[in-house]
This record gives sequence, C-alpha cells and structure tokens, in this order.
Amino acid sequence: MRPFSYLRAATAEEALDAFAARPGAQFLGGGTNLVDLMKLGVTAPEFLIDVSRLPLDSVETTPEGGLHIGATVRNSDLAAHPVVRTRYTALSQALLSGASGQLRNTATTGGNLLQRTRCPYFQDTSKPCNKREPGTGCPARDGVHRDLAVLGHSAHCVATHPSDMAVALAALDATVQVRGAGGERTVPVTDLHRLPGDRPDVDTVLRPGELITGVTLPPRADGGHSGYRKARDRASYAFALASVAATVRVEGGLVRDASLAFGGLAHRPWRARAAEEVLRGAPATVETYARAADAELAAAEPLRDNAFKVTLTRNLTVNVLSDLASRAEEGARPPT
Amino acid sequence: MPERGAPEIPVSLVSLRVNGTWLSLRLDNRTTLLDALREHLDLVGAKKGCDHGQCGACTVLVGGRRANSCLLLAVACDGSDVTTVEGLAEGERLHPVQEAFVAHDALQCGYCTPGQICSAVGMLAEAAEGHPSYATAPDRLAADSSPGQGAPEPFDALEIRERMSGNLCRCGAYPNIVDAIAEAARS
Ligand SMILES: Cc1cc2nc3c(=O)[nH]c(=O)nc-3n(C[C@H](O)[C@H](O)[C@H](O)COP(=O)(O)OP(=O)(O)OC[C@H]3O[C@@H](n4cnc5c(N)ncnc54)[C@H](O)[C@@H]3O)c2cc1C
Ligand code: SF4
Ligand code: FES
Ligand code: FES
Repeated sequence: MRPFSYLRAATAEEALDAFAARPGAQFLGGGTNLVDLMKLGVTAPEFLIDVSRLPLDSVETTPEGGLHIGATVRNSDLAAHPVVRTRYTALSQALLSGASGQLRNTATTGGNLLQRTRCPYFQDTSKPCNKREPGTGCPARDGVHRDLAVLGHSAHCVATHPSDMAVALAALDATVQVRGAGGERTVPVTDLHRLPGDRPDVDTVLRPGELITGVTLPPRADGGHSGYRKARDRASYAFALASVAATVRVEGGLVRDASLAFGGLAHRPWRARAAEEVLRGAPATVETYARAADAELAAAEPLRDNAFKVTLTRNLTVNVLSDLASRAEEGARPPT
Repeated sequence: MPERGAPEIPVSLVSLRVNGTWLSLRLDNRTTLLDALREHLDLVGAKKGCDHGQCGACTVLVGGRRANSCLLLAVACDGSDVTTVEGLAEGERLHPVQEAFVAHDALQCGYCTPGQICSAVGMLAEAAEGHPSYATAPDRLAADSSPGQGAPEPFDALEIRERMSGNLCRCGAYPNIVDAIAEAARS
C-alpha cells in the first residue's frame, strides 16, 4: 500500500478545504471498501480525509414529514431506526440484507452509496479493466461475468453497482445532498450513478472533491408497504445476484401506485419505470406483476452466462409485489 | 494526531484504550487496527483470516460494537475503546459467551473462535437494543418497536445464524456455535 497522510476532519468545511489543497486526496468513511481497495492496490490515495466523524450522524424527520439521514450514519443504526423500520421498511430490509453485522456497524451512508463494483477484474490489478485503467479493455465481457450486468451495460464495461441500500433508496425516491467547492446541490439518487458508456472509469455524477452530506427521503403513505428481496449464492453475507425493492398501494383490487427498483443488474440501481407504468391502475394480480417485470426486462441484454438473472428478477418482482399487495389488502398493518 | 515521520512515510500518534488500558502508539498510517493489536501490542487473539472483511476472524469490539479490525485503519480509531477476546474475561472468570462456547464445545481448530466470541458479544448487545436482522419477519420489522425500548428479538437458530453470518468457520462447527450463543442469550 502506498504511504498516505491522514486528516480527521472536524467539519465539512475542513474536509472540503483539505481536498482543495490536495486534490489527490480521497474521503474516508468507514473504510470497509476503500481500505480494502487500497490493500489490493486498486486505488492509491496519497492523502486520506477521514469524514466518518463529521457531525452528520443524525437521522431526523423533515418539516414535510420525510426523513433526513446524515452521511455518517452507520448502516446498522439506520436499519434499526424506528422511522426507517415502520415507514421505509424496504430500506431497513435492504440494509440488513447487506454485508455482515460487523461491516454494517462500520459502513456509512455516504460510503455505501459510493462503494465500487465487485467485478473480479476490477479488483485484480494484474488484469486489464477499463474502469480501473481506462483504455485497457474489459475482460469481463467475454470472461467471468455471471454476476455482472444485464441492463444498461456497454461494450466498455459490464459491471454492476453492488449496494443494496441504494436500490431501496431508488424505489423510495431519495435525494442525495452533496457539497463541493461550488456550493451545495441535490441529486436524485437515481441520477447519482452513471451508466458506463465509454467512460466506465467515472462511477457517478459527483465532481472530484464533492462530499455527500446526507440523503433525504420524501414522506410516503405507502412506505410501510415497501419491501426488499435479494437473491444470492448463499443464504447470507453475499452480494445480490439480483434484488428488488418495491412499494405498492392497492385499493379495491387495483394497483393505485407502485414503485420498483432492481439491484445487481446494472451499473446503477435500476429504477423500473416501464414496469411501474404497467402496474398503475392494473388489477393487483400475479399476471399484472409478471407483465410489469417483462415490460422492464424487455430491455435486458444478458451476457453469455447471466441470462438467469432476467428470470430471477421477474420471479423476485412477482414475489415481492404479491407479498406486499396481499399484506396491504389485509390491512394487517395500517399505514403510518 | 498526524505528524510527519521518516521521509515519505507518514506516521501518527494513535491513542487507544485497549482492554481497559490507555496506550499510545506511533504507527505508520497504513497500519490496520488488526496489525496494531497483533504486531504492536502482542494481542494475537484476533486472527488475520482473509484481511479483506470476508471471514470475521479479526472481529473485535470498538466502542462496544463489533467490527472487522482488518478493515479499520488504526489511525482512524484514535481515541477509541477497543476490546479484544483477551479483555472479555474478568480475572479468572470467563465471559458468559466464552463459558457457553466451552460448555457446548463450539469449536474444532479454534482459529475462528476469538472472532466468533467477540462477534457474539457484540451481536447480543445489538439484539438487546432491539436491532432487527434480515431474518426478522417483515411485520415485526415494521412494527413500532424502538431500539432500546423494544423487547429483544425472538432468538431462534435462524436469527442467530443470520446475525452471525459475518463469521465463517472452516471447520463447520456451526451447530455447536449456534447452541452456545442460544444459551448465552438465555442467561
Ligand atoms: C465482505 C463484504 C461483503 C459485503 N457485502 C455487501 C452486500 O451484500 N451488500 C452491500 O450493499 N454492500 C456490501 N458490502 C459493501 C459495504 O456495504 C461497503 O463497503 C460499505 O457500505 C462502504 O461504506 P464505508 O463507509 O465503509 O465506505 P468507505 O470504504 O469509507 O468509502 C467508499 C467510497 O466512498 C467515498 N466516501 C465515503 N464517504 C463519503 C462522503 N461522505 N462523501 C463523498 N465520498 C465518500 C470514499 O472516498 C470511497 O470512495 C460488503 C463489503 C464487504 C467487505
Ligand atoms: S466489467 Fe467494468 S469493471 Fe469489470 S473488467 Fe470490465 S471494465 Fe472493468
Ligand atoms: S481477517 Fe478481517 S474479516 Fe477476515
Ligand atoms: S473452529 Fe476451525 S475455523 Fe472455526
């Protein structure tokens, strides 16, 4: 590992100033991804600005009735937060499905959003990789790609974004607050991550040195009827092969409203708007859910070894929506 | 407290409270908490299994919460309270989780055991605070039980296995590990 200087920033201003003074710097959250990548030699910052102790560690309801989550809130604390559990259940489930208890205690909201792909070639510096070293090629396209993308990939990169949390945030219409040299701005979480195109080295729309300060969830009547389901190679402690986050509101046997996002399929959490179109106003039946999934997955371009993800996602979608809709209809839990 | 040491190799003075005692170490910034414990403090209970957050053998408690010490930079832990497996017993009296591991023969080679035990101690504290898990039923998850106020989650084998999934055991001693933790949870 390359030697690096270290600064623990006390305020966001201090972190931004430190970056401005030394643009080769990287922000350090919990370090569960960054330290790993530094050990592997995938990245070699000469200066780490530790932002994990910034006073951005609270979860607060907003005046509109939504929720603001500070960037340094740990994944475990967020998953256990009573408002997240009751009103944004999919977020709680997504977080709990990710990594392990130890890792969730350390991982931060900001770091989770910006974690890098788990593509095996990206992590192996003896291999070419357009994301790690632009222009060297993408061995995954014709190589080991069973875990990689079926939607939105390019000739240059077929990587997926590994975060579970981000998929739930995408279904829940979250926005991300960022701060940089140019001031503050807000980015919808569905626009935060890019598709790879011909620049797979650029994961997100953030500019160098922009700091994530928090995430905001809008108020949701249907958030208590949201859920997350993840398929993986072992029962726990594994990344998603495919996952689905959904919210659904059913009235008189019809889907009044629904939102849907897929994980493990693309370079970013995949908000399934074509599927939502099909769902809205349609009978709340298994046939509708399957038709909705098909509408979205029609755009899939599976690689040699990952076509199973399309069927898997279809089944997960039907499963999650049926489950949520039946619980919503039973009125087992009054929406909060 | 960062400072500049030998040319090109930045070092920092790191203060840690390890198993109840405050210590100051001058460490290369690249030193992980795991290496600080094993190489600099001779506390070799925490093991380096994978060094990438994938096995849990390096689990210790930082500020009372379980964490993978292989992915924590020691300098980022400056000022923290760290408990390793060596610090769990009180004198000759073993921690209840340690006792349960002995009683249930919850190990074979023992390599993963310090991590399993520290993880179980942290996990039981999380459960006592009402933290849910992915095994928690959706209705129960969405029921309004606030951390710190809600009763502990029901503790069946499924919950224990899910909550302990960050600790691998190459010997496959899982059934006895689950039994040991179930007993510790009851006591
Ligand atoms: C074995 C293992 C299994 C895992 N399994 C899963 C899984 O199943 N599902 C899942 O979703 N994740 C999984 N993870 C990944 C884990 O969730 C991430 O490592 C974690 O969320 C990253 O958060 P962090 O705070 O540690 O980020 P860091 O490692 O500190 O940082 C990650 C990136 O974000 C940047 N960054 C951090 N904070 C900010 C900020 N505030 N503003 C701007 N940039 C910032 C850093 O510069 C870095 O580039 C797993 C990890 C491991 C090691
Ligand atoms: S899929 Fe992307 S990350 Fe993986 S090898 Fe190809 S370019 Fe690199
Ligand atoms: S050594 Fe830390 S998780 Fe394996
Ligand atoms: S007892 Fe041997 S690895 Fe667990």
